[in-house]
Amino acid sequence: MAKVTVNGIEVEVPNGSAVIQACEAAGIEIPRFCYHERLSVAGNCRMCLVEIEKAPPKPFASCAYPVADGMVVHTDSPMVRKARRGVMEFLLINHPLDCPICDQGGECDLQDQAVGYGGDHTRYEENKRAVKDKDLGPLVKTVMTRCIHCTRCIRFATEVAGVPDLGATGRGETMEVGTYVERALGSELSGNLIDLCPVGALTSKPYAFTARPWELKNTDSVDVLDAVGANIRIDTRGAEVLRILPRLNEDVNEEWLGDKSRFAVDGLRRRRLDKPWVRRDGKLHPASWDEAFAAIAAKLKGKEGDRIGAIAGDLCDAESLLALKDLMGALGSVNLDCRQYGEKLDGSRRDFYLFNSGIAGIEDADAILIIGSNPRHEAPVLNARIRKRYVAANIPIAVIGAAADLTYRAEHLGDSPAVLKALLNGAHPFAEVLKTAQKPMIIVGQGALRRVDGEAVLDGAWTLAAQSGALGAEWHGFNVLHTAAARVGALDLGFLPGTGPGVGGKGVAGMMGGGVDVLWLLGADEFDTSRIGTNTFVVYQGHHGDAGAARADVILPGAAYTEKNGTYVNTEGRVQRGALAIFPPGDAREDWTILRAFSAVVGKTLPYDTLEALRSRLEKVNPVFARVGFLPRFPCADLTGPGVAVPARSPGAMSDAAFVDAVANYYETDPISRASPTMAECTVTYAPTAKLAAE
Amino acid sequence: MLDDKDRIFTNLYGLHDWGLKGALARGDWDGTAAILARGRDVIVEEMKASGLRGRGGAGFPTGLKWSFMPKTSGGRPHYLVVNADESEPGTCKDRDIIRHDPHKLVEGCLIASFAMGANAAYIYIRGEFYNEALHLQAAIDQAYEAGLIGKNACGSGYDFDCYLHRGAGAYICGEETALLESLEGKKGMPRLKPPFPAAVGLYGCPTTVNNVESIAVAPTILRRGAAWFSGLGRPGNAGTKLFCISGHVNKPCNVEEELGIPMRELIDRYAGGVRGGWDNLLAVIPGGSSVPMLPKAMCDDMLMDFDSLRAARSGLGTAAVIVMDKSTDLIKAIARLAQFYKHESCGQCTPCREGTGWMMRVMNRMVQGRAEIAEIDVLEQVTRQIEGHTICALGDAAAWPIQGLIRHFRPVMEERIAAYKAGRAPITQLAAE
Repeated sequence: MAKVTVNGIEVEVPNGSAVIQACEAAGIEIPRFCYHERLSVAGNCRMCLVEIEKAPPKPFASCAYPVADGMVVHTDSPMVRKARRGVMEFLLINHPLDCPICDQGGECDLQDQAVGYGGDHTRYEENKRAVKDKDLGPLVKTVMTRCIHCTRCIRFATEVAGVPDLGATGRGETMEVGTYVERALGSELSGNLIDLCPVGALTSKPYAFTARPWELKNTDSVDVLDAVGANIRIDTRGAEVLRILPRLNEDVNEEWLGDKSRFAVDGLRRRRLDKPWVRRDGKLHPASWDEAFAAIAAKLKGKEGDRIGAIAGDLCDAESLLALKDLMGALGSVNLDCRQYGEKLDGSRRDFYLFNSGIAGIEDADAILIIGSNPRHEAPVLNARIRKRYVAANIPIAVIGAAADLTYRAEHLGDSPAVLKALLNGAHPFAEVLKTAQKPMIIVGQGALRRVDGEAVLDGAWTLAAQSGALGAEWHGFNVLHTAAARVGALDLGFLPGTGPGVGGKGVAGMMGGGVDVLWLLGADEFDTSRIGTNTFVVYQGHHGDAGAARADVILPGAAYTEKNGTYVNTEGRVQRGALAIFPPGDAREDWTILRAFSAVVGKTLPYDTLEALRSRLEKVNPVFARVGFLPRFPCADLTGPGVAVPARSPGAMSDAAFVDAVANYYETDPISRASPTMAECTVTYAPTAKLAAE
Repeated sequence: MLDDKDRIFTNLYGLHDWGLKGALARGDWDGTAAILARGRDVIVEEMKASGLRGRGGAGFPTGLKWSFMPKTSGGRPHYLVVNADESEPGTCKDRDIIRHDPHKLVEGCLIASFAMGANAAYIYIRGEFYNEALHLQAAIDQAYEAGLIGKNACGSGYDFDCYLHRGAGAYICGEETALLESLEGKKGMPRLKPPFPAAVGLYGCPTTVNNVESIAVAPTILRRGAAWFSGLGRPGNAGTKLFCISGHVNKPCNVEEELGIPMRELIDRYAGGVRGGWDNLLAVIPGGSSVPMLPKAMCDDMLMDFDSLRAARSGLGTAAVIVMDKSTDLIKAIARLAQFYKHESCGQCTPCREGTGWMMRVMNRMVQGRAEIAEIDVLEQVTRQIEGHTICALGDAAAWPIQGLIRHFRPVMEERIAAYKAGRAPITQLAAE
């Protein structure tokens, strides 16, 4: 530790810290443009200049100057103020005076600092520099004349996102930031460039000229478009969600957000279900809530519980999942399932389906094996964490599954369970890597489980983890990477086919082809609805007119994640609360209230009238829901693997068919992103399948 | 005046063979093994005692710089990097060393690398120096062939490799850390200091970057002794130095002289005097384009060494003496330099990137007088805002010539502005040619 005195305040900071960190520790804010805690130090904006006693009598860039014990720093001396004014003047001489038409206005670092250090008039009588704008694709808009060359975007793309697409060409005044070859940024994290840019050079293209920051209402919430549970801030004006920004959570998303989670907001305004619909004579007609409920109640009348079923989708909150489960229970049905892709998840023990190491735990791992997953597309923020670990420690990483560029060096071992078998037998050299590692991680993706032999693959991965010493009192290295925000919550609530003596609930497959007479879809759109029997009466409760709604006989309009207070459990088992930012459109209602209201119609009134009552029931069903935001770390006490009829090591348990990634197109994975024009544009730009021309 | 026997660069004018045979005849590679046999510490101490100050411009004591290199390797290689990216306008000393006396440099590389425990030396030569690179490469090859460098160099048991790397023609790559970046294959942008190259240099390993002349004089110093070298020149400014005299003199030339020689003597004796006589002198830029100019009155009895010139608020720099007689349009001359620095700024840090362009544009108007008197003060303040606020010294280099002009020739600038306003021809010259 080094003792540093900043403006008379004595602080202790670790050796090797920069002066700017000592200043922050002393509670003194240093203006900066290029410095960012999560990026390498560039030291090029020269705004963070401070005076250091007993050093050469000139200002030092505090972001790039290491502290020394006994150092005395002044951040507000006449020399410092003069230096910063000088730098600010230089920054402004070629910066356009277009704040009134700049989207960064109101949340612009340059604007803010200019209030403190800018002059009241310009002394620069020459022409200002103009720079041609660059095309960075459909998400990031550029006005390069505003660029102050802080290189944050370059460093983010290179270091965090792992795509060396951005760089500076030219030198001196003519230096320009761009993609060298004028092509769209190839990153799923490109939206973060907008947050990082301290000026209006990089702004959001879909959000251009939409609103001013001071017009917006901010609501803290969590993202549901993947299973990471990134913390977000929902910015709304009136009844519209205008944009979504990441919120700091060191354990989950740090301060990053994937492009889908950020830019799919325009999907929240399109294809919405805003009133109940009832199918009559083969066509859907608008209806009142009473008519819709009556139509369902009529169908349910006299039905055996076994002829009723429910499937939950990917975006459901835990409250509505529990309400639906309770309703089904009241109707005598145990035909429940949340695994709409047919993934072979085992809900019998929590660590069979969680990302047990934790997302922050990736930074402790010293070897990673990824099975049947492309984390870059399934969880870009989590993938950035793997890259962070890779950059920091250059750990061995291997992939079984489709070969892909994951932004870090990952050894491609093969694409089928054959490699897993070889690893289990110890025949494969990577088995030794896992064994010698202190904290190996095995990540099983949904692509590995959505197969006939998914159970055996799950068991194989678990067994490999056990063999590699990944399951212990200190470290749990078995990880399931989910793609659906609702999945872990549903598994925690036991939203699975009921089992027990004489009880055999139907799963998704069992409910297809007339397996049930009444099928309740809670936002379930991701399975092939044509498999539902023609005579099955389908209730679709959800917020978008997607696959499920198209097949439905009754549509109950629900709320999207920005429109309800919901609880979600992310892939690592962290319980987080989303918040209502705007009210659902039209007649749509928060989902649990729909279920509660319907339960009264069929005379099975659910025993909760308020969200609080429902939440205390949640806690009763599973105590994990009591600890919001907190991730309990539990060691692996029991090495027994998932219960499988044919374990992985028996011959023929695993086929040799190649793993297929769960996410084919990152930009369109759910009803919201499929309704988003921005995501459609991204699909055209980025998805390889979107090539329309005959090559 | 320097005696011929005390000259280090005895083939400065290329009158003799530049190859190994000629070099051996001139005494290069003589007893190199014995020098190495003295050991690292003795060599460094000897260099310190010689009082040699870096010849690249900053004048940092060379022996001291060598002593900053870690004594133990710590598993990492150490490097010597020789800065042969000589691009400072007015300077052409390294070029003549390389093309006429390359073996002095190669031998210096061996001794310096040995003294700092370096495993290899990289010579980064300016891209435009094509023929020079050929000579130097030939000299390196000859030395390898003769067993002077390479495995068991000079029979000393020390393995040493020397590589030549050609730059691509950017002035900024002469800045030591930008040079390292360029050598690593990256964009030539100066690094932040600290850490200094002695701790984290080429490929992250301890590195010392020296000027060609500093390295090339080292073998002779060690052969003839520190006392001989420090006996030349003035206290604190020991030894001989190559001066490059250009501009309005009768015989522009490179010459080796003692530090501390009076400027007037230097110009009169070696360069045939100022065109039209000493009284026709207007001003001198004494150390390459980046140091402030001195008016004639200060040149009359100015001594050419680091400390004297610093006391006059200028600098010895690379000792490139640019002489300007009374036909010179000083404003235009400095405007041209401002244009050079604007063109060569790497664009990394704000004051230099934005400020060099600003200065150039104002200077261009000042040439015509199309400005306000008050703008001279603005210009002066802009140079102060750049100076000392940048990552590397290019910002300082760009600011100083203008500061020198304003300091000594402000009346000329004011007169130019007044003339433009009055619509008449200025009294002072308009041509810089």
